[in-house]
Amino acid sequence: MALAQMPAASPRVGLFVTCLVDLMRPSVGFAAIRLLENAGCRVEVPETQTCCGQPAYNSGDRRDTRDIARSVVAAFAGYDYVVVPSGSCAGMIHEHYPALFADEPETLAKAQDLARRTHELTSFLVDVMKVERVGAAYSGTVTYHDSCSGLRELKVKRQPRRLLASVSGLTLKELPGAEICCGFGGTFCVKYPDISERMATEKADDIKATGADTLLAGDMGCLMNMAGKLQRQGSGVRVRHVAEVLAGVTDTPPIGEPKA
Amino acid sequence: MQSTTRAFKANVRKAIVEPGLQKALGMMKTGFQVRRLAAVEKLPEFEQLRDQARDIKNHVLENLDFYLERFERKVTEAGGKVHWCRSAEEAREAILGICRGVGAKTVTKGKSMIAEEIALNDFLEEEGIEPIETDLGEYIIQLRGEPPSHIIAPAIHLNKTDVIDAFQKAHTHLDPNRPMEEPTALLEEARGVLRPKFLAADVGITGANFMIAETGSTIIVTNEGNGDLTQILPKAHVVLASLEKLVPTFEDAATILRLLARSATGQEFSVYTTVSTGPRRPDDLDGPAEFHVVLLDNGRSDILGTEFQDMLRCIRCSACLNHCPVYATVGGHAYGWVYPGPMGAVLTPTLIGIEESGHLPNASTFCGRCESVCPMRIPLPKMMRHWREREFERHLSPPSVRAGLAFWAWFAKRPRLYRLATGLAARLLGLFGRAHGRYGWLPLASGWTRGREFPAPEGQTFMSQWRKRSRA
Amino acid sequence: MNEARSQILGSIRRALKRGPLPPEKAAAIEARLRDPKPNLIPARAGGEAKAVIELFSTMAEGAAATLTRVKSAREVPGAVAEYLASQNLPAAFVMAPDPELDAIPWSERPTLSIRRGKTEGADQVSVTGAFAAIAETGTLMMTSGPDHPSTLNFLPETHVVVLPASKVVGPYEEAWTRLRAKHGGSLPRTVNFVTGPSRSGDIEQRLLMGAHGPRRLHVVLIEG
Repeated sequence: MALAQMPAASPRVGLFVTCLVDLMRPSVGFAAIRLLENAGCRVEVPETQTCCGQPAYNSGDRRDTRDIARSVVAAFAGYDYVVVPSGSCAGMIHEHYPALFADEPETLAKAQDLARRTHELTSFLVDVMKVERVGAAYSGTVTYHDSCSGLRELKVKRQPRRLLASVSGLTLKELPGAEICCGFGGTFCVKYPDISERMATEKADDIKATGADTLLAGDMGCLMNMAGKLQRQGSGVRVRHVAEVLAGVTDTPPIGEPKA
Repeated sequence: MQSTTRAFKANVRKAIVEPGLQKALGMMKTGFQVRRLAAVEKLPEFEQLRDQARDIKNHVLENLDFYLERFERKVTEAGGKVHWCRSAEEAREAILGICRGVGAKTVTKGKSMIAEEIALNDFLEEEGIEPIETDLGEYIIQLRGEPPSHIIAPAIHLNKTDVIDAFQKAHTHLDPNRPMEEPTALLEEARGVLRPKFLAADVGITGANFMIAETGSTIIVTNEGNGDLTQILPKAHVVLASLEKLVPTFEDAATILRLLARSATGQEFSVYTTVSTGPRRPDDLDGPAEFHVVLLDNGRSDILGTEFQDMLRCIRCSACLNHCPVYATVGGHAYGWVYPGPMGAVLTPTLIGIEESGHLPNASTFCGRCESVCPMRIPLPKMMRHWREREFERHLSPPSVRAGLAFWAWFAKRPRLYRLATGLAARLLGLFGRAHGRYGWLPLASGWTRGREFPAPEGQTFMSQWRKRSRA
Repeated sequence: MNEARSQILGSIRRALKRGPLPPEKAAAIEARLRDPKPNLIPARAGGEAKAVIELFSTMAEGAAATLTRVKSAREVPGAVAEYLASQNLPAAFVMAPDPELDAIPWSERPTLSIRRGKTEGADQVSVTGAFAAIAETGTLMMTSGPDHPSTLNFLPETHVVVLPASKVVGPYEEAWTRLRAKHGGSLPRTVNFVTGPSRSGDIEQRLLMGAHGPRRLHVVLIEG
């Protein structure tokens, strides 16, 4: 379903902020808006959005998930595209919303329509808006973790790297095991903290071994998990959402760091 | 086998601090994954073969009754016998009957997960028949009196020193000061001990990777050759197989075999792929005089027609275990029953009930790596989620989780109240956390903060900032 | 047991929401079984005869088998004797009572001590033929019968297989076709596909050769 057609000159984009960006790190939302506007989009933020529903969905609560999904479908009706600074939430809308309404033809059609219009941020910029360069600068060596849902549900892999390659002053050092889960897993990290914490430790060890001074990824959940572990270990690796670096919005301190 | 899946969390806590286990798991991670990838990259048709393999098994499952009857007819024509067994108990009795029929004292066994499922060894011992595991890994864990921790590498949780200990204790007829440091010495020792057992056994029991409806044949796949010595030397060969192992023809088996070894060990093909059809022919010089197929249902026909039907495509290759970050962290025993890892998380509840095994489908991050490597394209995360749905419907999930979820969902469905609540939370957490940028401890999140810092939010939610900017 | 049988079949049909298969569907499946069609065959298994033989040899060696090539059956005794000497093995073996092997002029190498028949485990070396060899993965296909006891494939520590090049096929499917042509609907009791010598990875994932089956698998390929 890759949209091969040329995007409208200035498409109307609805930003799905995601609950973690909204609550924890608004600067990612503003970075996303800047990137989208630089690419020629008109960005709007529907007021009635809350969350994509994954906490309920992954806990087996299908009824609440459907209720939440219904309101997301309604909130984002009519936009040319819906863009999400998270592979996980975009994957939820893209892959799982249609499956929720198999028995409700009218909502199903709307959910499928929304799914078709919904994209993770970096893949939207590269695959739909054909962005080849961002005008940002970042001095340092970064490494990149591929968050699971974006990677496997939406095939987000080369797009963030492609954009990072255009950031002046930035060197990308690949992370061995970048495709292995960091142990966040949404409610998993609460239900099984012992396993989650071990997985985060392995990830942190791999990150430190790259020698990079900055860790980037496209999902707040994974970023909080990895930042939390690195900081507990006393590591100085800075952790940011990839959108911040791509948009050149790095005046806020890295995740989990105090204001300078 | 007694299940300890209820104690999953306690099992995990034990597993993650066990240095020997962690060392063994560390070795596993790189080996299987790297070798699988290399083998897959050498076969450009791999993805298409996965599609075909999925379709073959789906076709069989849709016509399973027909294929089973057809298979039975062919086994009988070849001089063998099919024993239909609804339950573990019926399968054990059928096997006992065969053993009694030939006056068996010892039984050699090839690797069979179904034999673990029906707890065959304990049963045979109680009946005075000695079962001897012949797969090297299975032999080692039999000596140690423990179940397998992996479906194709049963002793993967052990280190060499564990094997040395087990052999020292069991092989008392050998010089206690013999050199055992080299793994080859251990292999030699096992080979030497097991060879006479192969030759003396009265019955040989193997599993089956496939049953072929076309000819009534069964197929096993091994690397050691133990499954072959198990079946060609004794008087009777018993194949213990569950219903869903059927495929129509050898061509269909060939398609799936092209996936099996590559997905499992990263080999192009396993060393021994053996097709067995009936007992030895009148002019054969060796081979078993009797051929029995013990066909086990044990709840599988109940899975058919449900949202778990796809699980019946599983060929037990272990790719999902080998790529699972949770399995790699806790090992197989923590799962507490026969089948560990992602395939076990889906299959176990179908066999012993979700009440008993609720932890297993929950202990997944849904990272999706299992599904991405499953040669049979089984949507494992989706089915784990189905189990969570059944638990939720039946109010089996923990009350604290349900309450937290209900609280959150109530707000998530009411955007204006949600804004108020998140705005408040962000400000509070931001206020107290700003000085350090993070929390070392948080009430209600001690699971997180025990091993990790919790980042402080920036202070104001995105939505409130956005609203202010829009108004400006 | 009959009760179990009917209950299992009944349970399957209930799950599939139908009775026994309607006759036309059953006939379609019978037809599929009577005339098996290959699924996708990897391109690697194609190619002309010479390429297929090269592929077999590469793949077999990749699976840790060894291979020597000879021009004719007359050279086989010498090749076998040299191989055994090179491995410091005695010049003695048990040989499958196979007319094709009998036709080899073994007497030209009188130092070779040969016994025909099956083995009880005392023989160090066996020599057998093969029904076919599959190039795709370097796999030998051996069928049990009065001319080939299966024990020869497993009990001796060294297994030598004499393989005329005409028996090498590309994919498994071609081997099945040949087997059905020879045996019709009634297969031999055991069909062994063997890809390299026996091995185990059960101790610390280290690859160790010679677990229960042969430590060495040697192919003498007759190219003439």
